[in-house]
Amino acid sequence: MIEGHLRLARGRFLLDSGPFAFAAEGVTALFGRSGCGKSTLLRAIAGLDPATTGQLRFRGERWQDGRWALPVARRDIGFVFQDAALFPHLSVRGNLLYAIKRAPDADTKDLDRLAERVDINAQLDQDVTTLSGGQRQRVAIARALLMRPRLLCMDEPLSALDWRAKAELLPLIDELALETGIAVLYITHAPQEVERLASRVLFMEAGRVQRIESLRDALSRADSPLFAEEGPVSVLHGHLGPDPVPGLAGFNCGETRLTLLKPAGAKRSATRLRVLARDVALATSQPVGLSMLNQLPVRITAMHPHDDGRVTVMCALPDGQTLLASVTRHSQQALQLAPGQPVWALVKSVALMD
Amino acid sequence: MNGTPTTLGLTGEEWLSIALTAELAGLTTIILLVLSAPLAWWLTRTGSRWANAVSALVSLPLVLPPTVIGFYLLLALGPQGAVGGTLERLGLQHLAFSFTGILIGSVIYSLPFAVQPLREAFAAIDPRVLDAAATLRASAWDRFFSVVLPLSRGGVLTAVVITFAHTVGEFGVIAMLGGNIAGETRVVSIAIYDHTQALEYGAAHRLSAVLLGFSFLTLLAFYAINQRVMSPVRPQ
Repeated sequence: MIEGHLRLARGRFLLDSGPFAFAAEGVTALFGRSGCGKSTLLRAIAGLDPATTGQLRFRGERWQDGRWALPVARRDIGFVFQDAALFPHLSVRGNLLYAIKRAPDADTKDLDRLAERVDINAQLDQDVTTLSGGQRQRVAIARALLMRPRLLCMDEPLSALDWRAKAELLPLIDELALETGIAVLYITHAPQEVERLASRVLFMEAGRVQRIESLRDALSRADSPLFAEEGPVSVLHGHLGPDPVPGLAGFNCGETRLTLLKPAGAKRSATRLRVLARDVALATSQPVGLSMLNQLPVRITAMHPHDDGRVTVMCALPDGQTLLASVTRHSQQALQLAPGQPVWALVKSVALMD
Repeated sequence: MNGTPTTLGLTGEEWLSIALTAELAGLTTIILLVLSAPLAWWLTRTGSRWANAVSALVSLPLVLPPTVIGFYLLLALGPQGAVGGTLERLGLQHLAFSFTGILIGSVIYSLPFAVQPLREAFAAIDPRVLDAAATLRASAWDRFFSVVLPLSRGGVLTAVVITFAHTVGEFGVIAMLGGNIAGETRVVSIAIYDHTQALEYGAAHRLSAVLLGFSFLTLLAFYAINQRVMSPVRPQ
């Protein structure tokens, strides 16, 4: 567990987290708007700011007790900053060696292995100022992992990158978190990154921790802050199965199979499918003569009307996963949709998250 | 006093004052580097309300006439002064008219010239790079030597050159505090003044030319190196 209650004033901003506790495993996303205190909380947890006060325990170990703080160097954390924060006077190799020299039991074999893993071995002798943004973050991630940290803190590592570099780094971060088993705290204000990576979400607002819940729970609330940008979204967990017909891919969630255009270059290991509620329509009987590939039998579990005349309908797939549909109140009344009712969900488009 | 020119057209006595000047400037530079680095670091990073007062104190020698600094130091270091008197009571020598005295004067007089370039260099360092070093288990000392100093080498070079050159060019403080003792306090600038007063223009010419040439070459070398070293990033 990571549990505590931290306070830290930075300039005029005051972090007063309130009590929080969550499992020290998997990826925990720290989500909230800019200026809500995500970075300050992460710095306080990492012990980077000596003005921090309060309580913090990591797996039962005391990290902060009142004004007393365990020094950063003894917390075994890795930290990846938004702008990578590489040492500009050292080469890529020099940056990695900086970590190795100070790690208790790292050896130079780790350097080559990790450089290969994050795909920067061709740049090892390059000056860090000549790297692209994506390469810089790869070096920063490798440098942090060389410490063999128990906790990896990532402060918006992708926000300064272009979409292509983001698309390459997201799966890498996901895979590394799985491979190494290191607990990750990941700051972002992008719901897509949360949906792609997180196992749980810590929501922040105005310097306080609002709530901590599993990603599944966070996506099952119609008022979830994750929906602020694109409206309600469902994330379906499953795995790619055999191709139903050439050119299409099959994605299995329990006994439900979704069909999607075979994405170019997608990895077979993708396990999450993203569906916007506005791309899901509902029908009371299975329609015929329809171009939509995915027509899924579901059961309505709840409905949340919104002020703007839309209704978010929560549906359960046969395996219990939640699929959200967005319909107008007019349609909901015309079709007499109600909780408990079996309906057909017509899914216009899905995106494999990779 | 007007000896015959020997080595390179300068008299032994003139060489003595040049050596003394070099020793004074060298020691001042070393002492100031050691003192100014932590001071400049503190001034850059602290949020203390004392920072402004300390900055003003450090900068005082920039605006005060050297005679004022020399006068107060003469009082403090002399036999009746707080420092000099204490030393006398301990059975030691007071510090007026001594090499140690003018060394203390030089350190105070050149302090802002060492602190300012270091401060600018330190302020230019991205604090997140230091945070990164801390998460990589580097202690505060380790961070200073492995990150701060290498990233500030332009500022360190500036501090060294300007401090040295400024001390070489010092006159007022030494004149007030040191008198004119050969091999002890008679640095080049004092010797030039001395020769001029005695209407020994030949000797004054020779020493002035030495200072002029030295100062120009130092600054020339500095600007040449500067272009490569000032930037914290290695050239391609």
